[in-house]
Amino acid sequence: MSLRLQTHGSTLPHFSHVVIGRVATQPREPRGDHVLIVRGLSELSELSGYAAILTLEGLNAEQQQALEDAGIPAAFAVKDLDHLEDGDVVALHPGGYVRTLYRIRSKHNALFATDRCNSFCLMCSQPPRETDDRDRIHEHLRLLELMDPATTDLGITGGEPSLLKGDLIRLVERCKELLPATSLHILSNGRLFYYGSLARRLGLIEHPDLMMGVPLYSDLDFEHDYVVQAAGAFDETMVGLQNLARFGVPVEIRVVIHRLTYERLLELAEFIYRNLPFAAHVALMGLEMMGFAVPNREELWIDPFEYREELRASTRFLASRGMRVSIYNHQLCVVPPDAWRFCRQSISDWKNDYLPQCDDCSVRESCGGFFSSSLRHGFSRHIVPVRSTCDGSAAPGLAPSG
Amino acid sequence: MSLVGRFLGREHFAPVAPGYRFLPFRFMRWSEAEVLLVNEVGESVFLPRDRFDTFVAGALDSGDRFYRSLKSRHFLLDTSSSVPIELLATKYRTRKSFLQGFVKLHLFVVTLRCDHSCPYCQVSRVGETRSRYDMSEETARRAVDLMFRSPSPALKVEIQGGEPLLHFNRIRQIVELVEEANQRENREIEFVIATNLVPLTDEILSFCRAHSILFSTSLDGPAAVHNANRPRKGNDSHARVLQNLARAREALGKDRVSAVMTTTRLSLAHPREIVDEYVRLGFDSIFLRAISPYGYAVRTGEALRYETEEFVTFFKEALDRIIEINRSGIDFVETYSQILLSKMLTPFGNGYVDLQSPGGAGIGAVAYNYDGDVYASDESRMLAEMGDHSFRLGNVHEHSYEEIFGGKALRALVASSVLESLPGCADCAFLPYCGGDPVFHYRTQGDVIGHRPTSAFCAKNMAIIRHLFDLLRHGDPFARGLLTRWATGVYSGEGEEVACP
Repeated sequence: MSLRLQTHGSTLPHFSHVVIGRVATQPREPRGDHVLIVRGLSELSELSGYAAILTLEGLNAEQQQALEDAGIPAAFAVKDLDHLEDGDVVALHPGGYVRTLYRIRSKHNALFATDRCNSFCLMCSQPPRETDDRDRIHEHLRLLELMDPATTDLGITGGEPSLLKGDLIRLVERCKELLPATSLHILSNGRLFYYGSLARRLGLIEHPDLMMGVPLYSDLDFEHDYVVQAAGAFDETMVGLQNLARFGVPVEIRVVIHRLTYERLLELAEFIYRNLPFAAHVALMGLEMMGFAVPNREELWIDPFEYREELRASTRFLASRGMRVSIYNHQLCVVPPDAWRFCRQSISDWKNDYLPQCDDCSVRESCGGFFSSSLRHGFSRHIVPVRSTCDGSAAPGLAPSG
Repeated sequence: MSLVGRFLGREHFAPVAPGYRFLPFRFMRWSEAEVLLVNEVGESVFLPRDRFDTFVAGALDSGDRFYRSLKSRHFLLDTSSSVPIELLATKYRTRKSFLQGFVKLHLFVVTLRCDHSCPYCQVSRVGETRSRYDMSEETARRAVDLMFRSPSPALKVEIQGGEPLLHFNRIRQIVELVEEANQRENREIEFVIATNLVPLTDEILSFCRAHSILFSTSLDGPAAVHNANRPRKGNDSHARVLQNLARAREALGKDRVSAVMTTTRLSLAHPREIVDEYVRLGFDSIFLRAISPYGYAVRTGEALRYETEEFVTFFKEALDRIIEINRSGIDFVETYSQILLSKMLTPFGNGYVDLQSPGGAGIGAVAYNYDGDVYASDESRMLAEMGDHSFRLGNVHEHSYEEIFGGKALRALVASSVLESLPGCADCAFLPYCGGDPVFHYRTQGDVIGHRPTSAFCAKNMAIIRHLFDLLRHGDPFARGLLTRWATGVYSGEGEEVACP
């Protein structure tokens, strides 16, 4: 089931700017970093200095006035606060919108660096918007200060994060300073790293645990360019990948498999091995039925069951050559069992779901399940509970004995 | 197809200019039906004859699946972009990475004395007591100094003979000199002693263990073959090797002792027995080596000679046996095939000096003879012992590093080992997998350039590489997976997929 990432309440009339703070259900210092959740209003002195106050309860005019006079931003009569816990980071908007920016217990936290993109991929799950959101950098930098330094994983995604150029460099520098133990994973189309200077600046940071995930959809330039809807993109990405490697930034190759990419999957694997042998990881990913994938469904959709041989051959090709390879976003019952060892539970928890028949599956615990969106827009016709067979091994679709 | 209106159709991204240009490749008529194409970085495509003719006529259609293979593997260029050439250049640099760092393998011939009298000896050995064929302390010191002039971050010190353990004091001195110098040099050092193991003592073993020294010994097969190939007083070489092999393994660790074999006329009849003997003794690899036309081997004349075809037959039978052994669950590698396969199937370079262009003699490896003469390779100094000093680069007592490694002798040798400019090699499809070996051709044909149609080196490599291609394409899945594992060094127990057009 999907997770709640936003809620809504009433705010004071003169509250006019976005406030970011770390959720606290108990009094915490320094107050300025925290958004305190309270039950009923206590002494004002106990509330002053907090970034903001959140409460489920309504406030009468007198209470509102008192908060306003004390200069304490607040959201009251908030619909739901159960999804928040100490250490989460939220943004409170003047309209009363409470947006979760960071969840302390999640391994899927990400900064959405920008909504802009220089590609226009046919299957983009987060369609880009042409908007000037350069100010968002301040929110990101503040968020980094409020995150738990024990955070294990953090993503930087978009849009296309490299469009931030110097601000991306700043972000990564701050990650290194504030969250030195956090794995940083940037999703970029790699095109702007065609310019060696940006790759060089990123490499010079020497972030201790950085990986740049870069998509590649074909071994042929015109096929890749068609998928990303940008002439010359293949060339820019290939040079960008080499530049990143040259300046010591580890790269991951990400391949989304759909009707336009499945046929040459093995040839692409060979191309990667020959031309990008330095790639630290290759991820072969199922299509997420979100964003542009929905209107382009007819062009893109193929039942994963139909390309299982290409998937098997490509993973074996790469693994037998010492390259790390993973299968993302696939249900075990549509993947050949000898490729199961490459399957990862890759779908972020807030958009991960299963079907009712999955309850009867013997390998549900190790299966990555579905994108919630796929359950609405389309998934394989070959989803069947995997039963344990008589000899103890598991095989998809086999009926229970007896 | 129903794309929503904001997206551009496929035709916007198709190659603009009609036609294509060739990127550098060589080809070989493989059979009546097929042509093999290999590009500069060792990637290969087999084309049906008619498609090959269409391709070279510039008329292959961009929708053809062979067109796509040729484009993907950088055999053709159909855009104005320079990026495919940049990618090719990166791959080319990677393949030629053996050139980085200059000389890595340094052979020290500490003595020519030997207790064996092998008729095929590639080195001209002398009797056990003739100490004037020993390397002096001063020569060793100068050779070590010279070695550290090489810029390579990794240096391999290989102690040779004769039988080097007969002059163990010199070995001890060299190891200590190297370790002392390395306190400030900080290179990655590996020591190997090439020894018949017979003069082994506990003192030698404890020194070698303390200094992490590897042993490489000679083993030609089961007792009958080995003792006939490697005579010594008492005709007990095989028994002694086995006895001391056990001691050496006990002291140094099982994986610290490897073995090399030499194929004689007698060996030719026993491929299975030779392989089985290696497996029985617990080795995890064998290097199937043909006899070399140097030193003692030449003086003993016709009796040892055999035709290249006979060696190739032997090689294939031994390789078949090795595949069967692996199939039975024992990991066992044929090293020469492994070197060739890594060049055929991986994008990486390989340090093996005899299969490079330019060749590794003098730039990848160098030999310091007992008398201080410096040779471009072990073979060069063997030739010198026969009275021909053509490949002497200088002497550690008389010449500087610059004179030795920048001199005319080495330049001429390197120039004559650039396959891209050698007649017969320049247009051979196997060029990216092969080497030139000018010293061999000088010895057998009287000329460093050589004549490939009558070259035993060429005939052997042509036959073996062709055989490996056949196994990769038509072998059973196990054999194909095994050869791929050898090439990539990945032993995940996985089968493999060969992407063929």
